[in-house]
Amino acid sequence: MFANVTLSLMGGFVTTVQLFCLTLVFALPLGLLISFGSMSRITPLRALIKIIVWIVRGTPLMLQIIIIYYGPALVWGIKLPRFSAALLSFVINYACYFSEIFRGGIQGIPSGQYEAGQVLGMTKSQIFFKVTLLQVIKRVIPPMGNEFINLVKDTALARTIAVYEVLWAGEKFVKNPGIIWPLFYTAVFYLLFSGILTLLFGWIEKKMDYFK
Amino acid sequence: MPILEVQHLYKNFGSTKVLKDISFTLERGKALAIIGSSGSGKTTLLRCLNFLETPNEGKIIVNGETLLDAADHAAKSDAQIRKNRLHFGMVFQSFNLFPQYTALENVMLAPLLQAKERPDYKQKKREIHEQIEHRAIELLEMMSLEGRMSHYPHQLSGGQQQRVAIARALALKPDILCFDEPTSALDPELTGEVLRVIRSLADQHTTMIIVTHEMAFARDVADHVVFMDGGTIVEEGTPTEVFENTHNERTKAFLSRFSQNS
Repeated sequence: MFANVTLSLMGGFVTTVQLFCLTLVFALPLGLLISFGSMSRITPLRALIKIIVWIVRGTPLMLQIIIIYYGPALVWGIKLPRFSAALLSFVINYACYFSEIFRGGIQGIPSGQYEAGQVLGMTKSQIFFKVTLLQVIKRVIPPMGNEFINLVKDTALARTIAVYEVLWAGEKFVKNPGIIWPLFYTAVFYLLFSGILTLLFGWIEKKMDYFK
Repeated sequence: MPILEVQHLYKNFGSTKVLKDISFTLERGKALAIIGSSGSGKTTLLRCLNFLETPNEGKIIVNGETLLDAADHAAKSDAQIRKNRLHFGMVFQSFNLFPQYTALENVMLAPLLQAKERPDYKQKKREIHEQIEHRAIELLEMMSLEGRMSHYPHQLSGGQQQRVAIARALALKPDILCFDEPTSALDPELTGEVLRVIRSLADQHTTMIIVTHEMAFARDVADHVVFMDGGTIVEEGTPTEVFENTHNERTKAFLSRFSQNS
């Protein structure tokens, strides 16, 4: 029985990991783009980005998943696959959070760093890649670690639209054959995953400890 | 011909007039000290020279070449501004070293990036790299930082950081080296080591503009002193003329305030 449950949960866990990884692949670059938009000199663009970020951060992710899954079906009769709808919701939601982290990281670099690069005759892209980028990364690592671990647990919300991830795999056993411990058992998977991430981020932070 | 000629420079921030009709010249190999109280426009003047600010009016001429003419509204390209900047070196009050690079890497970074633009860079990569490293080591030795080359900025004292910053500015062989209150962020006991370095540069006839609050130092090292107040040059002359024989009331008031404070 235990082996059976474990196997079943592992099946769901694969989906969880897929959701997690794909969300990062799309949300990280999108978040960087949004952060550039939120710092743009074009006022209407900046305002638009602010409003979008406000809406996305100001409503429950669960609601966003439901709207993205059922919304297009109601309005245009387009039915997104469950996994894609969940992924899309996560990407939009996390990109907005990431964008604020990136913005903080970029704006936190003292202007003297840019100026020092400028008076040394560097181009804008040289200043970005050779001077500020690593400093920005160092600054965003701790808040990113938090978001990554949040994302591990938020993937469970995909269950709302019946994406077969680890939580749902556990819940299945509650209905049939009526045992609850597999549901509790899913916690082990989340703990393992977030534990690995915690170690990874700790290691990266340590790696970047050589400069202040 | 003077190495630097500044003609009728004006700079406004909104409705605040920060620089009003600044004109002066600087001869090759001379050190110019700019003194004046905070808010008198000294730093803004240096920032204009380094193209960190764009003057509203006026001309900046280096070696007879007009680098900037505010009346010429044709927008200068980024590449042109970068080239212009290289005539000047800048040492900031807050050092602004790059924290992720060692002292040596800080000094080498800009020359390396510039070398990459050379057409023969790919073939002579090693040789060029060695030349740049050699020169950087020489400069850091000149700053008495022999044992500190592989230290990161946060492992260095303020005085050491500022000396790395001076080496970094010198690495590009600027025509004119600008210092923006180089010792104002330093503890008094660290001020001396930085001033000693600047003094030795003056002895080697490095062309310099030094914005400073160290009056004794300005008097000692500068060939020419400019006193600024309210965005204008109130008085200029040799250190003796300005510090000892001034007849200008504003200069007198400023200098007496300073001797009271120190």
